[in-house]
Amino acid sequence: METKFRESIDKAVHNPNLTGALGRFSEAYRISRAKAYEGYDFEALRTQIAERKSYAASHLDELADLFTQNAEARGTKVFRTNDPAKVREYILNVARENGVKSIVKSKSMASEEIHLNQHLEAAGIEVGETDLGEWIIQLAGQTPSHMVMPAIHMTKEEVASVFNEQVEEGQTPDIPKLVKFARGKLRTKFLDAEMGITGANIAVAETGTLVIVTNEGNARLVTTLPKIHVAIVGLEKLMEKFDDVVPVLTALPKSATAQLMTSYVSMISGPVPNTDGTPKQLHVILMDNRRTEMSQDPKFKQAMQCIRCASCLNVCPVFRLVGGHVFGKIYTGGIGTILTAWFDALKASDDIQSLCIQCGNCTEVCPGKIDIPGLILELRRRLAVEKGQPLAQKAIFSVVNNRKLFHSMLRAAYVMQKPLQKGNFIRHLPFFLSDMTEFRSLPAIAEAPLRDTIKKIKQPAGKEKIAFYAGCLIDFAYPEMGESLVKILNKAGIEVVFPEGQTCCGAPARYSGAYEVAAQNASDNINALLAENVTYVVSACPTCTVGLKHDFISTFESLGQTDSLPRARQLSDKVIDFSSLVKKLVDDGRLKFKEGQQLGKITYHDSCHLKRTLHATQPPRQLLTEAGYEIAEMYEADMCCGMGGTYSLKLPEISAPILERKLVNIKNSGAPTVVMDCPGCVMQIRGGLDKQNSSIKVEHTAQRLADELEAS
Amino acid sequence: MNAIFDTFKLRAEAVSAEVHRFPHKSEALDFILHYLHDAGISDSPQAGAVWASCPFLDGFDQKQISSLLPGLSFDVNREASAEAKVGISQLDWAIANTGTLVQDAARVDQRLVSTLPLIHIALIRSDRLVPDLPSALKQIRPEQTNYISFITGPSRTADIERVLTIGVHGPEKLIIVFFDGVVCDEPAGVN
Repeated sequence: METKFRESIDKAVHNPNLTGALGRFSEAYRISRAKAYEGYDFEALRTQIAERKSYAASHLDELADLFTQNAEARGTKVFRTNDPAKVREYILNVARENGVKSIVKSKSMASEEIHLNQHLEAAGIEVGETDLGEWIIQLAGQTPSHMVMPAIHMTKEEVASVFNEQVEEGQTPDIPKLVKFARGKLRTKFLDAEMGITGANIAVAETGTLVIVTNEGNARLVTTLPKIHVAIVGLEKLMEKFDDVVPVLTALPKSATAQLMTSYVSMISGPVPNTDGTPKQLHVILMDNRRTEMSQDPKFKQAMQCIRCASCLNVCPVFRLVGGHVFGKIYTGGIGTILTAWFDALKASDDIQSLCIQCGNCTEVCPGKIDIPGLILELRRRLAVEKGQPLAQKAIFSVVNNRKLFHSMLRAAYVMQKPLQKGNFIRHLPFFLSDMTEFRSLPAIAEAPLRDTIKKIKQPAGKEKIAFYAGCLIDFAYPEMGESLVKILNKAGIEVVFPEGQTCCGAPARYSGAYEVAAQNASDNINALLAENVTYVVSACPTCTVGLKHDFISTFESLGQTDSLPRARQLSDKVIDFSSLVKKLVDDGRLKFKEGQQLGKITYHDSCHLKRTLHATQPPRQLLTEAGYEIAEMYEADMCCGMGGTYSLKLPEISAPILERKLVNIKNSGAPTVVMDCPGCVMQIRGGLDKQNSSIKVEHTAQRLADELEAS
Repeated sequence: MNAIFDTFKLRAEAVSAEVHRFPHKSEALDFILHYLHDAGISDSPQAGAVWASCPFLDGFDQKQISSLLPGLSFDVNREASAEAKVGISQLDWAIANTGTLVQDAARVDQRLVSTLPLIHIALIRSDRLVPDLPSALKQIRPEQTNYISFITGPSRTADIERVLTIGVHGPEKLIIVFFDGVVCDEPAGVN
């Protein structure tokens, strides 16, 4: 990671204006977005958008031709190019031919992508952004911190001083007055400009129509007052039919700003008369800049389904801490990382892709149904292939790939940690490792791993066998969680077997882009787990469960190892998470809860993979309630705790404040105990509470339920 | 009819528009003239009103109306619109579930009076209310016109500290006047 990048993160997380504004916004957004979608079937709507946008991505060339033909038939000039330099040249030529001295722009990401303003200004043309936020950052000489709210990082005091320094003295930090001032100043620019530049939100091929969405009304003025209108349209904006406008226009305002509809929508299908009666010159530039290439990439084609609503930014636990500036100049957040990798260069995404903690929040809200974390992982994989893995990482994974060596090192760690250990925690690590324990204590490696202790448990032999996949954390740090699981399944008359050959699930390697390592881990585990004749393979770690159930398959697919797929699928069919399995056993009458218990308040933290990949939010809650607990839901129960596997080691400066928020929410729930289904979350949250000397108990659901269940 | 109107009114008011409805055109005109009078429309600078020609005006004597209210002009151009305090136009369709007005805005005067003045008065026939976006897009299509405008509430921004602020580039007030379409010959005077 570049030092400059680390510095930009440091600056962002220590900017209270930025984190305050983004934090409050993300909290309000979640509620207002849900309200805007009331009465709509979001799943059906986004399926329709994804389908229509995907169709367009598969027919880009054809739709671009059709758009050109239909728009030109009505008098629009259409210019299509792959080359950003040609876009700039075309606009400059139109400006020169018509003696343009001043241009007004409404928001266009495509123009920012090709650094159009600088180019035109260098040619002596005045270019004015008219979107208020864009104008403010243009005056301040900054870049947008959010795709929809470019100046969200600035306070009214800062805006006033920018106006005072750059426009006119005497402005006070009074928002309505600042807006009025901007209106007056920009009004003159609108009236004087000879050319207006806009983007477009949709370009309809069958009618040659541009659809432009705004709230301020600036696009209406930009397309009405100047005699020349140039629209820069990325090819991903093309859609086949005019009726395709409906789903996009239904979702975009709701997802972007939680509005039912934006104040203004303009649908322009050809030149209209100017105020002096002459016909307007209307130029549409269909800009490719690698979009065709993207649409032909089997993985990244789905990124063409983006409607640029920025909802992936608004729900991201990382974005709300760091804002847009750490992402670079143009596209920000999850989708921005992907767009930067394509429209700028793969290596330009090298640092920013590491910001994704893989929590999956964005996949729940994306109206284009884009698997943003999945695509970021694919970037990581391609980057690792292109430039190789960092040396230290390579060394670590070569150990992880050798199960016996890896496990004997973990055993040795138990001895080596002794001087650092306090009870079950390591509270301080020396030297360069100190960052890792600054904000949370780490669990000590257990004296005996689960693979040893499980042998000592006397189990009911025979009837039904279930294989237990422990995962490294339970095996070596928290064997007691595994013992609880065994105890519960034994009560249902099930024998739990522990296939010795099981090893790391490969998540650390996969999430670092080291797919070959992950594939080796997958093969070893498949061999170990399919060797036993069992009804289920259960895991008490959701990340491992997702690994076994989904990631093995996807890793093999990414590497083209199709031979390995049938056995990966065979394993996948048997895999189940702890709470879903126990809920099943209770529902089937094989386990029951002790009767009439009133166990008091408890709060539950949803682990990312359990909620968003395995969709198991209800089973643990139902089990806890049936046991006799009263669930006191914490605020943002399903927000990431900041662990993210190795993420918390790589980016502790981001992991720590995410955890901090989680701890506050846990405390505010008023419950004396917080329960979760993931040993990784336990490690993070327990470590955080330990650092704060909190008395709140942190447990895995299996531990909490072990004594409440009995045989039927 | 009333249910769909109520939905529209609820949605439009939720985005800070004002909604009125009159059974007769004459009453709508009366309301507008009173409004202009109260808004201080006169022939002084920055105090004018511009009214884009529209079917609503059929049957009314524009000269007579102008003479009642100096400052109100039916001759819409760039300069007059930029100077005007109020712009008036008739819109073609209204979408109930979002509180949106839709207009064939190919004629530039339609856009001048609804973008430049501080206040926009939007006339709309009550029978032009449709329930939702798909039904509106069945009525007005790009094949018919080069510029379709959708207007939902006044101009707004939240670009400074996310504080909702009305009236950044377009009108800061949108007054929607429904009329039920009964023609009346007599324009009302201004008191």
